[in-house]
This record gives sequence, C-alpha cells and structure tokens, in this order.
Amino acid sequence: MASGATAAGMGHLVVMDDSPAQLALTQYSRSIWRELMAQLPASVEYQACGTIWVAADEEEMVEVYAKSRICASAGVQAEVLSPAQLANAEPRLRDGLAGGLLVPDDGVVYPPAAAGFFLQQAVQAGAEFLQGSDAVFASQGLVRLANGTTLTADRILLSPGADCSLLPGLPIRRRKGHLLITDRYPGFLRHQLVELGYLKSAHSTEADSVAFNVQPRRTGQMLIGSSRQFDNNDAATDEKIVRQMLQRALAYMPGLGQLSGLRLWTGFRAATPDKLPLIGPAGRLTGEVADPSLWLAAGFEGLGITNAPGAARLMADQLLGRISMIDPEPFLPNRFVAQETVYV
Amino acid sequence: MTQCDVLVVGAGPAGIAAATAAAISGRRVLLLDENPAPGGQIWRVGQPMPKGQAEGQTAKNQAIARLCACGASCLFGYSVYDAPSAGELRAICESGEAAAGPVPGDPHIVGLRYEKLILATGARERFLPFPGWTLPGVFGPGGLQALVKGGFNVAGQRIVVAGSGPLLLAVAAHLRGYGANVVCVAEQAPLAKMLPFAASLWSHPARILQGIQYRAALGTAPFHLGCWPVAALADEVSGKLTGVRLTNGKRTWTQHCDLLACGFHLVPNIELASLLGCAIQDGFVKVDHQQRTSLAHVYCAGEPTGIGGLGAALVQGEIAGLASAGKPTDSLQGRRLAERKFALKLEAAFRIRPELRSLARPDTLVCRCEDIPYAALEKRSGWIDAKLQTRCGMGPCQGRICGAATETLFGWKQTSVRPPLMPVPVSALVYPGLQPVSLKEHL
Repeated sequence: MASGATAAGMGHLVVMDDSPAQLALTQYSRSIWRELMAQLPASVEYQACGTIWVAADEEEMVEVYAKSRICASAGVQAEVLSPAQLANAEPRLRDGLAGGLLVPDDGVVYPPAAAGFFLQQAVQAGAEFLQGSDAVFASQGLVRLANGTTLTADRILLSPGADCSLLPGLPIRRRKGHLLITDRYPGFLRHQLVELGYLKSAHSTEADSVAFNVQPRRTGQMLIGSSRQFDNNDAATDEKIVRQMLQRALAYMPGLGQLSGLRLWTGFRAATPDKLPLIGPAGRLTGEVADPSLWLAAGFEGLGITNAPGAARLMADQLLGRISMIDPEPFLPNRFVAQETVYV
Repeated sequence: MTQCDVLVVGAGPAGIAAATAAAISGRRVLLLDENPAPGGQIWRVGQPMPKGQAEGQTAKNQAIARLCACGASCLFGYSVYDAPSAGELRAICESGEAAAGPVPGDPHIVGLRYEKLILATGARERFLPFPGWTLPGVFGPGGLQALVKGGFNVAGQRIVVAGSGPLLLAVAAHLRGYGANVVCVAEQAPLAKMLPFAASLWSHPARILQGIQYRAALGTAPFHLGCWPVAALADEVSGKLTGVRLTNGKRTWTQHCDLLACGFHLVPNIELASLLGCAIQDGFVKVDHQQRTSLAHVYCAGEPTGIGGLGAALVQGEIAGLASAGKPTDSLQGRRLAERKFALKLEAAFRIRPELRSLARPDTLVCRCEDIPYAALEKRSGWIDAKLQTRCGMGPCQGRICGAATETLFGWKQTSVRPPLMPVPVSALVYPGLQPVSLKEHL
C-alpha cells in the first residue's frame, strides 16, 4: 500500500498555477486538506508551513509579481517578500537573493501515513482491502489478480501511479526523480522552499533538469530535491544528476553541505502530455471499443498527494452523478481521444 | 582518483590475508578500513590487558608483519559510502589526521578505482529487543570489548555476559583480563545443540584448547547454557542498571550487575555487496570456491559469506587474494571446505530459539533511531510497509540494527540498500573523488 510514487515523493501540498485547471484542482484539493487537518492522525505529520517561491534575480521577481497577481485573482493568499523579509523568514538562504513569494496556506504531509489514513476511512465505510497480489488484468467489469483471484464490479477504478502495465495505452510517461533525506536538525528550515526556476524545470518537457526544492519535516529532518528525467526507467540513483541537484541546493543554501545525509532514493512520477491528471471514465483511451467499466485516477506527475482529495471528490461526483465544485472537464481522460473521434 | 589492481575493503583477518596474498602475487593492492589500524573486530588494537596476554596475539602479530612486508598500500580511517559506477568506490574520512580536506570544514573524500575488488566487511552483533535493552549500561559484548580496548575502565564492575555465540566466552575472558567481575555468562543455545557442536570441535584441536582457556579464564563464574535474558532492570530514581532477569525456561531469577553485555551472535555486513549488485543467498553473499561473487571482478571473504570465525576468514581471504591475482588456490581448498563445515555447525549450534522472539513488550523499542515500539510493528505486513508506515529503519543506522531484529522477530527480509552506505555530509555527495590521497604505508 502506498509504496510507489506516494512513498517516494515529498508530500508537499501546494497550489500550482501553471494552467487555470491546475490552479482550480490544487486550490480545491488544498482546501479539503485544510478541512481534514483536525482529523488527521499525528503520524500524517501535517504542517501548515507554507511555501516560499524563491527568486534569485530581478527577472524572477517579475515572475513573483505575476504569480502574486494570479493568486490574488484566485483568492489564494500570497505575500511578496523583499530580500530582507526573505532573509528573515529563512536565515539559512544565501545572501543576494532578490526576494520571494510566501504562500502561507500550503503545507506538508508524510504521504504514506496520509494514504494509510484514507485507507482506514475507506475500510471504516465498508470497503474491503486486499493486499499482497498485483492486479494483472482489468477489463469489462473483471479484475484478475496475480494469485488467481477474480473480482467483478460495475466500475473498476485504476490508480496505477507510474506503473501502466495494466493499461499500456495510457498517455503517461515515467519521469524519474531523486530525493535526499537528512538527519534531524530542528529549526534549520521553516518553510518549504522552491526556486522559481522550478517552474521552468518542472515544465520543460524533455530535457533532464534539477531545481532547488527543500522541505522541513516535523522530525527536523529535511528532504532535498529535486530532479526530473524522462525515459530513464532505472531505479538506481544517478550520480551525475544527484550531484547537479545537490549543487543547486547548496547554491541557494550553502549550510546544507555540512548536514548529515542519510539516504538517497528515486521514484517515478506519472506525467501526461498536458500536465493535467486523468480523472474519469477511461472510455476509448484503453482500446478501440470503449470499456464503460474502467475509470481512471492517474497521471498526477508531482502533484499526486496534493490533488488526491480533490481528485477523489471529482471521481465520486461523476460516479454518483453529482455536480462538482470545480469543472471536471479538463481532467476527463477522453480529451486524449477526442481528436480522433472527430475524424472517424 | 586513486588506481589499484586489487582493492580490499576491510582490514580484519580476511582482508589482511587477502591483501597479503594478492600483493605477494605481484598485484598493486590497496587495503582500506574505517578503523585507524588493521585487525578488525577480533584483532582490534587497544589498551594492553593488565592480567596476562590477549589470546591470538601471536597469530595477529604474524599476519600484520606479513602485511607490512608484502608491499600492499593501506588507507585507514576511511569508510566506503558509495559505489557510483562499475570499478569505482567512494570513501570518506571524517576524523583523524586526513579528515581535513582542501576545503576547510569539508570531509576528505577519495575516489578509488580497481580492477578487482575483495569485500572483507565482517559482521556486526545482532541485538534482539527485550524490556530494558536500551538502558544505559547495556552493551553488545563486542561493543563493550571495543570500548574496553579503547580505555573504558571495567575493573571491579559486575558484568553479566548474555546472548549467543562463541563471542560470549571470549569477551567474558577478556573482560576478566581487564579486571572485571564477570558474574555469569548466559548462552541461549541449549546443551542439546551445543553437544554436537562441541563434539565437532575434536577435529579442531586449537579451538578446543581456546575454549578451555576461555572457560578457565572465567574462574568460578557460572556458564549457563539454555539461558537468556528477559529484562534488564534499572533503579527507578537513578535510571542506573541494577541487574538482569535471566530465565532457563523453567525458572526465572534476578542477577545483579553493573553492566550487561548482550548480543545474539552475528549478522553479516552485506550492504556494500548488495549495493554493488552481488547475489545474496539466505542473507549471505553468494561465492564460488574461489570466493568469487556473482560479479566476475568482485570477491568476498569472511563473515559476509557465512559466519565462520577466524579460521574461515583467514583461508577465504587468502583464496580471494590469490584468485584475484590469477593464482591457483588448490592447496587451500581442503582447509576451505573444513572451515565451511565448521561454519554450518556453528550456525546450527547457535540458532536463535523461538522464545527470544517474544521477549519484547508492546512498549519495548525495536527501532532506536526512530523510537518505534514493538506494538507499532507487529501489525505491519512486512519490512517496506513497516518502514513507510512507522519509519522503522529510516534513521541514521538505516535499519542495520532493527533490520536484523525484525528479521528474527517477524521474518521480514530487508530489501534494497541505498547510497550512502552510512550517513555522510551532503557535501560528500556533491564534490566527490576530487582529492588526491597519498598512499603511505602507515602501519
């Protein structure tokens, strides 16, 4: 359970504004996280630490102002920081940075425990949890497990993360990432810090890239990232990209170099061509003939933990024929087959 | 980058034998160890024993004299933390003379390139959780022995040595040599298992003699077989250890003591082999009769291939050294086989009894790095699930201690090994392999 991208990722709950649809989903999801706050067990380690988008120069400050305007029009609280305010908020950042944007309602969770909490809720509501055997076939209301068990259902929801072996036709590519976790240094870092260059890095579609992205954990540990690589299916750590990633981190926060690094690992994000997830009926995405039983919640790239609760509500709304709080259209999987349909 | 023909990791008996054999065969050999001097755990240098001579001193002196004469280079105080590419290891020195790298405050990092690699990484003690095992005053027998050799004074201290394995008697004898009052030795293995083992020793007269010497060195202290600790006791006010509850399954009693040395035999150090991708079988590095692993250019000798003690380490090390240099090893194969048989008997004799799996109470810590109690673990489905849901094994020791415990308690197999092999400064992952190292033979 939760041992794929959920286990490998950081657990940053973040509003992203790269497209109106992404802004709507992340904002909606983050609001659900904030509603859940009181119910989350301590093991989920929810912290409303906020995000600071760090601007290295005046060019990036232009982006800070643009971002703050988008936040304002969407009703997302955000505050532009001067160099002095940035240094005051995060004294370990190097001198000479241009400023930043503080998004105070962003947060951090420990994703495997969050998944465990959601699972517990599902089980309490009557769901049965089977574990220990992979699903090897899913089609037309039938699921077969590797251990031979067969399950039938009117609706089958596939949430395969970056493992698309069940549905090889999905428009999902694996995008490898690396993270390093440090020993405990309480107080070293207060906010999740992300360089504004991250946006370029996360959205340049092909090249390998790294960006400064550090996260404080409630334990006092820090996660240091991040990297993005397409077409690298090797789970081993890649020394060259690790070095680039950590050099980038040290360029923003030199003091990280003296901290004790405990463990490096990799994970795979599930990336779609338009950077939006697939939420809804699979339709003809899985074959020539639409399979009405198959539904998808997939392709969340680096925003799986952020968008989990919003995606779940969108899915439930569609299954139950309810009106959703946000427009589900941009996330419907059939957007990737629509064009063909026109010409058929 | 430092280049050699044969790189030997670990300068215990197996590594010393391997480095010596390869160097005598004309190879350029580099022997590396994290300790400041050769010898490993069993031949660790330290404070001289006030009463008598430590056993095995002659064998050690001879081995080290041969090492010094063989032409191998040595690098002490360096720990291997990564294997970034085929034929290359990274090592770090964080303390001692070499620690200061060219950038002030940065550790000294070396990149080591090799044609053949010999892993002689030894073993560590297995700890099993029981109430009180984390109290101050409770040590591993090997750990306490190392502390005493480093100057920790045990004169007059009442010590219980408990757990399992041949190490218990050896450590008890050592502690007595340093003036400790060893009040008893408790070995969990029952007499029924020890008898065939003892009988098998008749083919190893030196070991019989050694055993008798150890036993004699214990003086009047009782040696209980089939006896194990169920709880360590502390004074409620001072928190100081006051004694240990011992049981033989029928009767349980309190043995007062100042220190408890408790460890349950050994766990092989296979992390570097795993990181390199060597095949692992039943928890040990798989090797052929030439000590070659599943990787053609990597050899392994000593405890990582099967807990076999000093004799196995010496012969396996020599074979690995010769084989890595392309020399025949036929004359050593008989000894290798005999040591292998001995190792199998050792394993059978000191097998962990099932009662030891149920000593922990719900609140007994299993993972000390992350403070994870037994109750949080018993409901998890496996090692990965436990790591993800409880953080067991995610702290600085990366499961080196609790991984062996949870394997014994729940049968969980540890999975992948990630770099770095032990905590290193983040900078060590950023600027590695750039610093030259002068290979002095500083023995």
